[in-house]
Amino acid sequence: MSHIWPMFNQIWLIPVIPLVGSLVVGLMGRSMRRGSVALIACGAASLALLASLASFWRLLSLPPDARVLRHSLGSWIASGELSVAFGFLFDPLSATMALVVTGVGLLIHVYSIGYMGEDRDYHRFFSLLNLFLAEMLVLVLADNYLLLFLGWEGVGLCSYLLIAFWFERPAAASAGTKAFLVNRIGDAAVVVAMIWMILLFGTLDFQTIFTGAPATLSHGSLAASVLSLLLFAGAVGKSAQLPLYVWLPDAMEGPTPVSALIHAATMVTAGVYMVARSAPLFQLAPVSLEIVAWVGGITALYAASIALVQTDIKRIIAYSTISQLGYMFLGLGVGAYAAGIFHLMTHAFFKALLFLAAGSVIHALAGEQDLRRMGGLRRSLRVTAGCFLVGALANAGIIPFAGFWSKDEILLAAYASGHRLLWIVGALTAAGTGFYMFRLYFLAFEGESRLTPEAASHLHESPWSMRLPLVLLALGSATVGFFGIPPESGVFHRFLGPSFPVSGHQGGSAPSPSGIGLALAALVMAGAGILMAFRYYLRDPKEPEALAERYPTLYRILVHKYWVDELYDDLVVRPTMAGARFVSASFDAGLVDGAVNGIGSLLGSAGALLRRLQTGHVPAYVLSILVGAVVLLGYLAFHG
Amino acid sequence: MRGAGCGVRGAMTGTVPLSAYLILSAALFAIGVIGVVIRRNALIIFMAIELMLNAVNLTFVAFSKFLGSMDGQIIVFFVMAVAAAEVALGLAIIIALYRNKESVNVDDINLLKG
Amino acid sequence: MEWLLFVPLAALALGTAAFVILLRNPIYCALALVGTFFALSGLYLLLQAEFVAVVQVIIYAGAIMVLFLFVIMLLDVGHEPPPWLRRDRPRLLLGLGLVALLVLELAVAIGSWIAPGIRGPYTSDYVNAVGNTQLIGRLLFTEFLIPFEITSIILLIAIVGAMVLARRQ
Repeated sequence: MSHIWPMFNQIWLIPVIPLVGSLVVGLMGRSMRRGSVALIACGAASLALLASLASFWRLLSLPPDARVLRHSLGSWIASGELSVAFGFLFDPLSATMALVVTGVGLLIHVYSIGYMGEDRDYHRFFSLLNLFLAEMLVLVLADNYLLLFLGWEGVGLCSYLLIAFWFERPAAASAGTKAFLVNRIGDAAVVVAMIWMILLFGTLDFQTIFTGAPATLSHGSLAASVLSLLLFAGAVGKSAQLPLYVWLPDAMEGPTPVSALIHAATMVTAGVYMVARSAPLFQLAPVSLEIVAWVGGITALYAASIALVQTDIKRIIAYSTISQLGYMFLGLGVGAYAAGIFHLMTHAFFKALLFLAAGSVIHALAGEQDLRRMGGLRRSLRVTAGCFLVGALANAGIIPFAGFWSKDEILLAAYASGHRLLWIVGALTAAGTGFYMFRLYFLAFEGESRLTPEAASHLHESPWSMRLPLVLLALGSATVGFFGIPPESGVFHRFLGPSFPVSGHQGGSAPSPSGIGLALAALVMAGAGILMAFRYYLRDPKEPEALAERYPTLYRILVHKYWVDELYDDLVVRPTMAGARFVSASFDAGLVDGAVNGIGSLLGSAGALLRRLQTGHVPAYVLSILVGAVVLLGYLAFHG
Repeated sequence: MRGAGCGVRGAMTGTVPLSAYLILSAALFAIGVIGVVIRRNALIIFMAIELMLNAVNLTFVAFSKFLGSMDGQIIVFFVMAVAAAEVALGLAIIIALYRNKESVNVDDINLLKG
Repeated sequence: MEWLLFVPLAALALGTAAFVILLRNPIYCALALVGTFFALSGLYLLLQAEFVAVVQVIIYAGAIMVLFLFVIMLLDVGHEPPPWLRRDRPRLLLGLGLVALLVLELAVAIGSWIAPGIRGPYTSDYVNAVGNTQLIGRLLFTEFLIPFEITSIILLIAIVGAMVLARRQ
């Protein structure tokens, strides 16, 4: 077998296969049976995974320093000095992303067969899932910023279409719009950055920019800082960091597989990937890196604090995603790029697992999402509960599950690079994470049942197509962390290393005693969070209410998510809407509509007037023809 | 070279000039127009139209002769073909009308009223 | 010499044309029109357009007028009251006024016409040498081939259309 893999350099197939699948299912799915739709969509996803694996295999056959595959489909834009190619790049970073996207994406596809089984728009859903996958793969495989941006916008579009999948529900439609609009803010910054890069480098090609950057932009220059911050602004929008995170919790309005896809494999990881890809630029701007690290750290703590008190099962996981993405940016910001991507990968596994398990619960309870009406589900949903527990342990960063290795590596890197304060922020977040994950677990799966009779009667374990991905993801969540042992020099890091510039504090040393101590400290924090959750939600179920009464202000702040949505509403949305209404009422209704309607009624009355000429009387027509002939001939006779 | 157009006055002895044909053709055409205007019978109006077409044909053939070109005669050929088609269709329409209205008087035909 | 032929033919054409629009019985009108066609055919001969002259007789006097007579007899059209007894006199006068204007303009146009003289290659001698019909045939199948073929399509459409229209529902 192995002799054919080295021949495989068709990396363009990886995004094209799901694209074709999307087109086939989208255009012809209406007349297909559900089974064929699912087969085509999942087949496209698995072929993309196979193509990624084949390319990955070929990449491994190359020497570590030369592990880059390129493939150009030809020129896209050629305008003056600027030329952009449809070029794909497969290096260790792209490979990791492509494998995560296709692997987790495939499992989510399989899961959707069961979850969406009853839905009317089955083929639309699968077509969009495939398109989402294709766009994300374009994003991670692009070899220039413009193609990356094509995927970037495609992912944004798909997220809009999928979040608003049940568009007849107003909440879903407005959540989709919100996700789209908030993302636009960051995207605008990316566009500005791209234009600037064209001016600076005359190209958008990664390799040219990154090799030319140190010469064009001096280390620590203002230009480098602003340019990298513009890119980071895009990442903030796409990866839901402060202050542009508001769309992500609302994105829960979409079907649960979509939430899993957005949160785990695609969409939100795009920002992290883009910053990691642009590492050579960020490396020139220490200020930007510092800002990235702090935005990530603060977002991690902030989102974790909100997650402490939410009652919607999917919303808690959503805030958890924001928090974990904060960790990733924290890692990138302190120069531990490989650690950030490592966390991205482990997170993809356990967050997909958590969402799909939550989806399984919601499916079992016929749409119930409120934790206050769950409890004791472990007895009837054994597989789901077990898988969820694995996911929760991984998310909380308990040894030896995946989250531990990646998260603690980030914290270690933060500490080692001298960001002590950020380490404390991260450790506090770890405690919060342990608390909210196990609050969720205990409230949903343990303790007394608080189900509504209706939900209790509906209770059933999910079909195999939903359980299989859960089990596979649980296995992954338990084990993918081992690729990162020992920290900073594991298999994963050695593979990924050539993709990143060497930063000052990425030594790859053996775990030092202080490192182990720090890891233990973080572990203890997480354990303390879990114990607190156990005490408050299993042993003394009355205690949380008492706490909430004792600190009403704090509780209200957290429950209302710091009133950020309301703040944005008052500061941005309402003024914009008011302006739009004003323009709509005055300019549009008055001037534009007036002009259009005026022309219409003018023509109408002119027609009514001319209508009298239309007598239907043939001799009258003959006379008018005669008049015309006389006039024409008169002109010819006297002027011609 | 000033040609046949102004040469009606002293030419009664030689060849017939172009202008003679043109005047005849114009007269025939005018008769056709008058027929269309004064008659109410759709069939007669049709005949008047044929008269106008023939007047034009005469012009074409006359020009063809006096300009030394065959194009005029070719056009006449096409006009005849189209006229044949037109008559076939026109008479079919008149028959259809007559079936509906029991009349071929154009004053009775006003279905196109807007 | 030509005048001896032209004047009678022109008089015949004008006279029969006047009958066409003035006679009250449609049959007579149609027969008068046949006379006009024959007169015109004679004029075509005088203009050395033998092919057109023959086709004029075959198509117009033959096919078309037979069709007319056939329809007239089929429909049994009654006599029409003479124009000067009609009620819509204003329109009639307006029409006649316009015709007068048209005639005036035609006169002006013909009077101011400057004939350019022989331009083309088909002089009388040449046409006589080759033969009028042969020339037209050659042109129809070379230079005017596509219009010629299109004409056949038009005729086909007319046949089909006439059948559809005249069919009893």
